[in-house]
Amino acid sequence: MAKLSIPTALRAYTERQAKVDADGATVGAALAALADRYPDLRPHLFDEAGELRGFVNVFVGDTNIRSLAGLATPVTPDSVVALVPAIAGGLR
Amino acid sequence: MSQPSLIPDARREPLSHAEIGRYSRHLLLADVTLAGQERLKAAKVLIVGTGGLGAPLALYLAAAGVGTLGVVDFDTVDESNLQRQIIHSTRDVDRPKTASAKDRLRALNPYVRVVEHNVALTSANALDIIGGYDLVADGTDNYPTRYLINDACVFLGLPVVYGSVFQFEGQASVFWAGHGPCYRCLYPDPPPPGLVPNCAEGGVLGVLPGIVGAIQAAEALKLLIGGAEPLLGRLLLVDAWTMEFRELALERDPHCPVCGDAPTITELIDYEEFCGLRPPPDEKPVQTITATELKARLDAGDPIQIVDIREPHERAIAKLPDAIVMPLGQIYRRTGELDPDRDVVVVCKIGQRSVYAIRALEQAGFPGRVFNLKDGVNGWARAVDRSLPTY
Ligand SMILES: [Zn+2]
Repeated sequence: MAKLSIPTALRAYTERQAKVDADGATVGAALAALADRYPDLRPHLFDEAGELRGFVNVFVGDTNIRSLAGLATPVTPDSVVALVPAIAGGLR
Repeated sequence: MSQPSLIPDARREPLSHAEIGRYSRHLLLADVTLAGQERLKAAKVLIVGTGGLGAPLALYLAAAGVGTLGVVDFDTVDESNLQRQIIHSTRDVDRPKTASAKDRLRALNPYVRVVEHNVALTSANALDIIGGYDLVADGTDNYPTRYLINDACVFLGLPVVYGSVFQFEGQASVFWAGHGPCYRCLYPDPPPPGLVPNCAEGGVLGVLPGIVGAIQAAEALKLLIGGAEPLLGRLLLVDAWTMEFRELALERDPHCPVCGDAPTITELIDYEEFCGLRPPPDEKPVQTITATELKARLDAGDPIQIVDIREPHERAIAKLPDAIVMPLGQIYRRTGELDPDRDVVVVCKIGQRSVYAIRALEQAGFPGRVFNLKDGVNGWARAVDRSLPTY
C-alpha cells in the first residue's frame, strides 16, 4: 500500500480527492489500483502498452521512479507517491 | 552547487553614480557587490510571455537593473488578464502587451533597455530572437512554445528559467543542457490536447503566478550574478492552497531526444504537430451550432439534449436552461444516459473543452448526432440571453 498524492490537474478524475491510499507492493501496482478505482484516470496515466505516459512523472519521496526501478519500484504503507504532470499555464 | 556567473568579467559594465545610488541595497550584499551589479547591467534576458509569470519576472528584473530585457508577446491586454498580470493596467486594455509592458518597465527603471518582440515565437524566428540573449525566462502558457523554447535553448546552450502554474499549483526549475536536465528530460511528451485545461478554462489564483514568477526572477538574477545555488536539477513545487513547498530531484535523461547521448531532434521541429494540435487529415470535423441557431431550434420545440460539461461551480456563473450536467471527466462512462435518437449539443465556457467531450462521446461509441455550441455559454450570453454574464 502507498499514499498517493493527486495534483489538481488530475483531480477531475478522482472525485476531487487529493490523497488516495492504494494497495500494491510496487508503484505500478498502486497506480493500477488507483486506475481501477477511477477508470476515467487510466488513459491519462498509462498508454496502450501499459507504460507510464511521458507527461506524468511519479516520485517516491523526493526521487523520480525513472531513477529507481520505474513502475517496479517497491512501496511500503509509509511511502508517499506523488504524481507530477506537466502543467502549462502562466500567460493568459 | 554554486554556479559561476553567465556574464564574464570582460563584459561587466561600470555603473554611474545615479545607478550606484539606485542599486545600493544590492551593492551592500557581500554576494552581489559592485561586480555582480555590473554583470546585471551587461546582461540580456529574454522573457517569453508578459502574462501572469512574465509580469513579476519583468518588473523584478527591471527593478534589479538587468541592462537589457527582451519581451515576447503577440497578444493584447484583456480585462480578464488584470486579476494577475500586474504589469498591465486598466487603461492598457486592448493595447499590445509588449507596448504596455515596455511603458511600465521604463517608468520603473529608465536605465533598462526594453526590446519589444511583438510576435509569436515560432520555429522560424526562435533562434534569431533568442540568440542575442544570455538566458530565457519562460512565462508561456502552452506546450508548443515550451518545447520550442527548450529545444532552441538546448541548441544555443542557454539556460531556461522555467515556471508554470495551474489553479493553486506551481512548478519552477532551471533547465540547462550541459549543466543539468532540460524540460524534455522531465517531460518527454506533452499531454494530449484537452486533458488539462489551461488557465483560461481551468482558472488560476491570481497571486500564484506572482509567487512563481518572483522565484523565476530570483533564479535569473542568481545565474547572472554568479556564485549562487540555482534550481538546476531541482523541481520546486508550490501549492498555494496548503502553502506547501516541495523540492524534487531531477536528472538529465541520457535517452533525452534533444540533450541525450544520441539526440534524435537536432533542429527545431513543428511544435504544433508535436503537441497534437494539428488534427489528422482523416479526423471527422466537429459539427458546430451557433447560439442563435440553437435558440431557434429550442423555440420550435426541437427535443435537443443540451449537455453541459462544466463543473458545478462554473455552472453557477452562467448556464443554459434545462441542461444535462455531465462534467468532462465523467463523459466516457455516462454516455448511456443520452438518447441517440435526439440531437445532442455540448456546452462549455468557450467551445473548446466541449470538443474534447465530443471526441470522448465518439470514442465511447455514442451513435447519435452531436453538435458543439460555438463560443460556449459565453456565446449564448452574448447572442441570446444578455441577462447572463460572460467570464
Ligand atoms: Zn533533455
